[in-house]
Amino acid sequence: MALVQQSSPHTHRARPTSRVMLWVIIASVPGLLAQTVFFGWGNLINVVWCIALALAAEAAILKWRSKPVGFFLKDNTAAVTGLLLGLSLPQFAPWWVSAVAVFSAIVVAKQLYGGLGSNPFNPAMVGYALVLISFPLAMTTNWAAPVGLWQDAPGFGETLSAIASGQQTAVDGWTMATPLDEYKHKVGSHTAAEITTHPAFGNFVARGWEWVNAAFMAGGLVLLALRIISWHIPVGFLAGLVAMSLLFGTNADQYAPLSLHLLAGGTMLGAFFIATDPVSAATSHQGKLIYAVGIGALVYLIRSWGNYPDAVAFSVLLMNFAVPFIDYYTPPRTYGHHKARRGLPTRKQG
Amino acid sequence: MTQLWNFGGGVHPPENKSQSNNRPIRPADLPAKLILPLQQHIGEPARCIVAPGQKVLKGEVIAQVDNGMGVPVHAPTSGIIERISLEPVPHPSGMSDTCVVLIPDGEERWCALVPQPEYRKLGRDQVLVLIRQAGIVGLGGAGFPTNIKLRPSVDRKVDTLILNGAECEPYITADDMTMREKAAQVMAGLRVMAWLLRPARVVIGIEENKPEAIAALRQAAEGSKTEIAVIPTIYPSGGEKQLIQILTGQEVPSGGIPADIGVMCQNIGTAVAVADAILQGKPLISRVITATGEALAEPGNFEVLVGTPTSHLLTCAGVDKQRMSRLVLGGPMMGYTVQDLNIPLVKASNCILAPTEQELPTPPPAQACIRCGMCAEACPMELLPQQLFWHAKATEFEKAEHLNLFDCIECGVCSYVCPSSIPLVQYYRFAKGEIRLQRAEQQKSDRARVRFEARQQRLDREQQEKDQRRKDRALAAAKAQEQKTAEAQTMVQNGTVSDERAGKSALVAQALARKKAKTTAASADTAPAETFAPENTGKTPAAETAPNIEELEQQLTQAQAKLEKMQSMLEDAHSGQAPNVDKLERAVDKNIERVRCSQQAIDDLQKQAVPANRNAEPALSRSND
Repeated sequence: MALVQQSSPHTHRARPTSRVMLWVIIASVPGLLAQTVFFGWGNLINVVWCIALALAAEAAILKWRSKPVGFFLKDNTAAVTGLLLGLSLPQFAPWWVSAVAVFSAIVVAKQLYGGLGSNPFNPAMVGYALVLISFPLAMTTNWAAPVGLWQDAPGFGETLSAIASGQQTAVDGWTMATPLDEYKHKVGSHTAAEITTHPAFGNFVARGWEWVNAAFMAGGLVLLALRIISWHIPVGFLAGLVAMSLLFGTNADQYAPLSLHLLAGGTMLGAFFIATDPVSAATSHQGKLIYAVGIGALVYLIRSWGNYPDAVAFSVLLMNFAVPFIDYYTPPRTYGHHKARRGLPTRKQG
Repeated sequence: MTQLWNFGGGVHPPENKSQSNNRPIRPADLPAKLILPLQQHIGEPARCIVAPGQKVLKGEVIAQVDNGMGVPVHAPTSGIIERISLEPVPHPSGMSDTCVVLIPDGEERWCALVPQPEYRKLGRDQVLVLIRQAGIVGLGGAGFPTNIKLRPSVDRKVDTLILNGAECEPYITADDMTMREKAAQVMAGLRVMAWLLRPARVVIGIEENKPEAIAALRQAAEGSKTEIAVIPTIYPSGGEKQLIQILTGQEVPSGGIPADIGVMCQNIGTAVAVADAILQGKPLISRVITATGEALAEPGNFEVLVGTPTSHLLTCAGVDKQRMSRLVLGGPMMGYTVQDLNIPLVKASNCILAPTEQELPTPPPAQACIRCGMCAEACPMELLPQQLFWHAKATEFEKAEHLNLFDCIECGVCSYVCPSSIPLVQYYRFAKGEIRLQRAEQQKSDRARVRFEARQQRLDREQQEKDQRRKDRALAAAKAQEQKTAEAQTMVQNGTVSDERAGKSALVAQALARKKAKTTAASADTAPAETFAPENTGKTPAAETAPNIEELEQQLTQAQAKLEKMQSMLEDAHSGQAPNVDKLERAVDKNIERVRCSQQAIDDLQKQAVPANRNAEPALSRSND
């Protein structure tokens, strides 16, 4: 019998990429559940639709690129991209908006750059940003109103047919401006007390959204406990956001309060599930911190002074641009060296 | 309690140590033959001093290192030298090296041994010589001669002597069992080393998963100042650099050695070998080796003679070759697979691992790196393995080096945790190898360029000197001739010939002058070119040219014939893949050059000769009649 000839090590920890990605999917379940409880069936339908599309798009392009389809599909990364899009798109986003987002995420942002591991930008966020800019109406008017504020609440079938109808705007009574949107448009002309009388803010911070964010954070903590993600990115993200808010926006009459920044919109989904995409994030601990603080700060900047109510996608993409630069200047100090070797190798003279 | 520090990273692979550490150390049976590589250490290979057919005694020196770094090789048992030949040796490449093959006679007759229990009365240098003569090298794997390590340079005073009993690699229990069963010898060897080095602190580092060994050593160290430091179980705590960090909080500078920071690490097995060598006079002819893995019916630790074929030890441990999926020399994290079961176990071997396919399965095909950074979290050297992989794969070696590729200790932690099962360490080995190759080639070409330039300068200088000498000679000769003629003429004219010789030469000169005048007059009308002929020689260039061309042409044909022969030989060599192709190629080049030179010389001469010849013919015939 021929003996195996192999380079060391000969033993491996059994935690393949597919299982890492599966854990990400599992950890998102509390968030998805909270979304479904507070905002209806929309997110669940979107998630299923986006995952199915993502797998189909991935399979098609892998076949076209003559790559082993099964081998790559099994790594679950396409499913995660679909999942993240499904979780972040408006509940009543028409089916073709999701399709465009998934297509540009998988085909353009991921596979055209060389497939898994080679994409400089977070695929899901490329898809999201693209549809956000291209279809502003569909992406802003389709946010579901939180449970309890619905007139004639839509069931599963109604939600499904609303999405499948392809109409840019859903039934008026089912949707409502998000708290971040509401605050952004009224701040300056109204006081904080006036703004928060709007039902979207509820009794606490942001009706429904606060629980969704808390649930995503809980899922994220599971990923942290399993060491699937390191603490640097979520902590950096939130620290950047908090620091900016404390620095500029302590007056709630002029800027959205910190509690709203933390518990509304895509903050926790972004901090624990999106910014932590390892492929497009910085590498070293220090680099991850800089990268994440940058995202947090940009989220605050765009939410406060930009045109968009939420900003996770743009902030992540902007910091993706900075990753190679960050990586060159934040290598760790190697054992036995006085300091880290930063920058690019300098060519020896002569 | 000893203060401990942490090192970054590390992993907890399944230990699998209980397979091999629940049986006492057994002596392996005497094998049918022993294969003793002449190089089992870093440095010069030893020179064989025995001949085939010679009888040797157990412990007798069979190979010696006369100069340079290295230690002798001893006969592990009494027997007859069968042959000295190239045999496969333990090396990841599966290469062969010169080995002495010994057939044991089964008598186990020792040569005379000289124990030195009173070694403290000897000089330290004498004790170091004894250690060298006993053939002791570091038994941890690298095989660095122990006597050299134990004599650090004057500016590197060793303050801390560490005995490495961590044995962090899974499966291996050789040091564990040695500490349990030979604690006294370990301490005795450590005392010899401590006496040689006079360190301020002596500490034995043991992972907490070896309670029996800790207890045994604590007992043996009772009353001494030696610290027994129990360290957390984490791979690779037994890496020299990591253990130093755990026990001292200091880091070995990149590219440096522990002695740079006043630390020295020694291996458990080495301590035992030193104790045996000094206190019993026994050279290093055997060591404890772990034979383990689920393909073995009776795994355990064995006292194995150096040179024992691997297959023999496998048999001793009851191997089931059908179930053995691979054979690893060393542990599962850093060991290497071998194909040839006859390779000998040497001084640096500490484990053979014969796992089944279920036990250590072949990893799935590598997936793309998702830069998850688990490798960087685990790296004990705090490198960025995923970046190194990226650069190694893209053959951007400069960038890989910039990220401290050469600080990688190849512990395998990164590949172990990689969720995409990328063979990362293999990429680093590749990159290191390529960089070393490039450097060697760069050096070679630099040297060649310097050599070429120096040669060119020398040739130019020699040519100039030659030209200068020729000019000087010609000038001197012309002057002398002029003077002579002038003198002679004055003498003749004055009639004051002082001696016969001068008179004769003057007469000859006059005769020559007359003849020249006659020739010149005769040829003046037919051949005015004739006047170009040098005056003093009396010979025309044409007279010289004709035979020269012939001679050169002959040379040319000879050279051409030789070249043709060479070329055909080269072709044969090429098709037969003979080893002398290089040599032949050089010879052919030389011949081509020779032919070209001859051709050139002929052409030159013919160019000169053509006008001269045409005129020379009549001149010659005339001067002949």
